[in-house]
Amino acid sequence: MNDTTAHAAGGGMGDLAPGQQDKNPKDFAAGLRSYLVGLALAVGLTIASFWAAQTHLIYAPGVSAALIALAIAQMGIHLVFFLHITTGPDNTNNALALAFGILIVFLVVVGSLWIMSNMNHMSVAMGESMHMQP
Amino acid sequence: MSTPDIVLRLPSSPRVLGLPAAETLEADEVTGHGEGGPAPKRIVVGYGFWIFLLSDIVMFSAFFAAYAVLSAATAGGPSAAQLFDIRNVQIETACLLLSSFCCGIATLAVEQRNLRLTQGALLATGLLGFAFLALEVHEFIGLVAQDAGPSRSAFLSSFFALVGCHGAHITAGLLWLGTMMAQLYAKGFRADICRRYFCFSLFWHALDIIWVAIFTVVYLMGVRT
Repeated sequence: MNDTTAHAAGGGMGDLAPGQQDKNPKDFAAGLRSYLVGLALAVGLTIASFWAAQTHLIYAPGVSAALIALAIAQMGIHLVFFLHITTGPDNTNNALALAFGILIVFLVVVGSLWIMSNMNHMSVAMGESMHMQP
Repeated sequence: MSTPDIVLRLPSSPRVLGLPAAETLEADEVTGHGEGGPAPKRIVVGYGFWIFLLSDIVMFSAFFAAYAVLSAATAGGPSAAQLFDIRNVQIETACLLLSSFCCGIATLAVEQRNLRLTQGALLATGLLGFAFLALEVHEFIGLVAQDAGPSRSAFLSSFFALVGCHGAHITAGLLWLGTMMAQLYAKGFRADICRRYFCFSLFWHALDIIWVAIFTVVYLMGVRT
């Protein structure tokens, strides 16, 4: 069975490989325009990140949150414009795998930080109580 | 000669191994032979590589978690704010982003089956990636020279592990890139070569995504605190 009939009958189940922009390659100009939009957005977000880290215009404790928000936005730009992972029906499998990956990344990073800060608190408290003993 | 009366009946489940699936069963009873048929190889290969990339990102998340936990553990040694040169990081970021963009151009050229443009864009991708790698190696050498090597403190151990792991991926990607250019030159746009190329482009774009996380978490936040 060749590719076109598989696509026609597949009914929107994982029809695009990750990184595949379109089933039938568009003309070069349209593809280039999409990459240029992605590049412009990524450059803008990168400049914003470096600016946010060095400026004093942003309320200081909020800078980390701003940097994380900018980084997540830029990763989204890369995923959509460079890796062509979208939420379209021909991308379901790719997006679901990505969602599972994000879940695991979130669990590993946030879980580690949470547990280790908790343990730091506990060991500080224990150190102090040991000092207090005669 | 008489034919035997008893005809062997095979179990009708398509999941039993050894069944000559297509001949004996209805087409849509067999996995991958249902309505629409098996997915094209381009999708199967790409999806498998996408799963690998996600597991690679999960591995990186463990390095990020270690760095985030240990970033304050300087053991009396230099901290991130004293060590990192933001100008250097800006140039590295620009190199890698433009390299990723050139890789996108090469992908378009492969879809157009334009060999000269493909090779040119891949060469630009490789040179920018190499510039990134050279800047990173230069930074590492500078750190070790000022007694801030990976053995100095837990902070620096986790820093070299995380950023070094990304650098090792870039190195592997550059080797792969050279191989792809040679294969495209020698074998042209054969279907399997194109599949390999598309996997490489996914790999290269994913490395740029990881670099976004590194320059944010390691460099910008490190210089900030």
